[in-house]
Amino acid sequence: MAKPMEKITWQELEAGSVVTEIGNARVYETGSWRSERPVVEASQCIKCGVCWLFCPDSCIVKAADGHFEADLTYCKGCGICAKECPVGCITMIAEEE
Amino acid sequence: MARQRKGIEVSIAMADAVAQADVDVIAAYPITPQTHIVEHLSEIVANGELDAEYVPVESEHSAMSVCCGSSAVGARTFTSTSSQGLALMAEIFFIAASMRLPMVMALANRSLSGPLSIWNDHTDTMMVRDAGWIHIFVENGQESYDNVFCGFRISEDPTVMLPLAVNLDGFILTHMIEPVIYEDNETIRKYLPEMRMKNALHPDNPVSMGCFAMPEIYTEAQMSREQGLLNAYPAIVKAWKEWGDLTGRYYQPIETYRTEDAEYCIVTMGSYGETAMEVVDALREEGEKVGVVKIRLWRPFPFEDFRSAVEGKKSLIVIDRAISFGGPGGPVALELRSALYGRPNAPAIVNYVAGLAGRDVARSDFRKIILEGKAKASKGETEGFTLYGLRG
Repeated sequence: MAKPMEKITWQELEAGSVVTEIGNARVYETGSWRSERPVVEASQCIKCGVCWLFCPDSCIVKAADGHFEADLTYCKGCGICAKECPVGCITMIAEEE
Repeated sequence: MARQRKGIEVSIAMADAVAQADVDVIAAYPITPQTHIVEHLSEIVANGELDAEYVPVESEHSAMSVCCGSSAVGARTFTSTSSQGLALMAEIFFIAASMRLPMVMALANRSLSGPLSIWNDHTDTMMVRDAGWIHIFVENGQESYDNVFCGFRISEDPTVMLPLAVNLDGFILTHMIEPVIYEDNETIRKYLPEMRMKNALHPDNPVSMGCFAMPEIYTEAQMSREQGLLNAYPAIVKAWKEWGDLTGRYYQPIETYRTEDAEYCIVTMGSYGETAMEVVDALREEGEKVGVVKIRLWRPFPFEDFRSAVEGKKSLIVIDRAISFGGPGGPVALELRSALYGRPNAPAIVNYVAGLAGRDVARSDFRKIILEGKAKASKGETEGFTLYGLRG
């Protein structure tokens, strides 16, 4: 697994800062950027996967019962899932609430 | 092709060298005074004499973008530009170095607008001085031809992997017809192995290139880039040495002419070195203890070679072909003053900016610059610069 960015020395970088490890964005936890979080009303979710498809951070995951939720470790709170959900079961809630 | 000596326009010789180097991709947009290079290459490809992709792009910005893409998959890549074309390329020019993408550019040096001008000086190349490319300056047709091969060899060296510009003076070199020795293809093949890129884009070995860098990693990325350019130095020296062993024509980062017993030297970069040598010969006849120091490798700057070349000299008269507006003088003099600053017994530096936008600097002008510069140095008039030949 890749090192967190702030621990990498210049000597450890590949020439041209090429990233050779696939999926290493996983160590970069972007959830702290968020000011609003998506809350899913699971009972209304039709399990269509539109939010999963549209999420620019690929942070939507499928729960055990088949409905979709955001992984808040990575979710930046952009609100695209809430905007695109065809049944309106996702609401953006301010982080302070 | 057999080894032969040809009377030929330097641009055509350079294009022929690119074909002999068996490039895979050429992406370029015509701009004076580089046009003959890419026009001739497009003919060579269209005639089926070279199996390469010639991408006729809609702008220089696209030319450099195509070059980055082709280099990223490990294809041998060539482009050429001048002046405004380089300015339009600038955004991607920096990225090519940052991503460590090998390619060779023939940079036919020309003034930048404004005022609009098509003639030769070094203002275009100085604009991209700090981009992280390797910059070589050549003096004549033979050096232009030779350094296409040396350029690819250096640029694609696994320890280097950096874009490289062969700077040649627009018109003064590009449009000059002179004798050039063409090496045979077997010599070229021996000298220039196939490009092997460690992290080339390939579905079997997926990588991400040109990623976004947060403040946490940008500094480290820049240091890696700086060290990459410094590491290129031994590869450059080796490539020139091996070319010399094959052809008898050797190149050095800093070259000197009649400097052994010289008390003072004229310092040039590019085609002016040729005229300077002739003028120094004439002045030597008159008893002047003068020599020529020529800068062939501009980036990475060969500090140690330069310092040892000028050790013990009383003064240096540095000819620049560009102005750093509002700054301390021409970019070359600025570099040399930095190289010597704080060193005991360092030679005094007198800076002339001459030959802007193709204004002729004849032998008589060199003579005047050398003798006047020597007098200025002895009087301690070493600050700033003199714009040679200025009216008013």
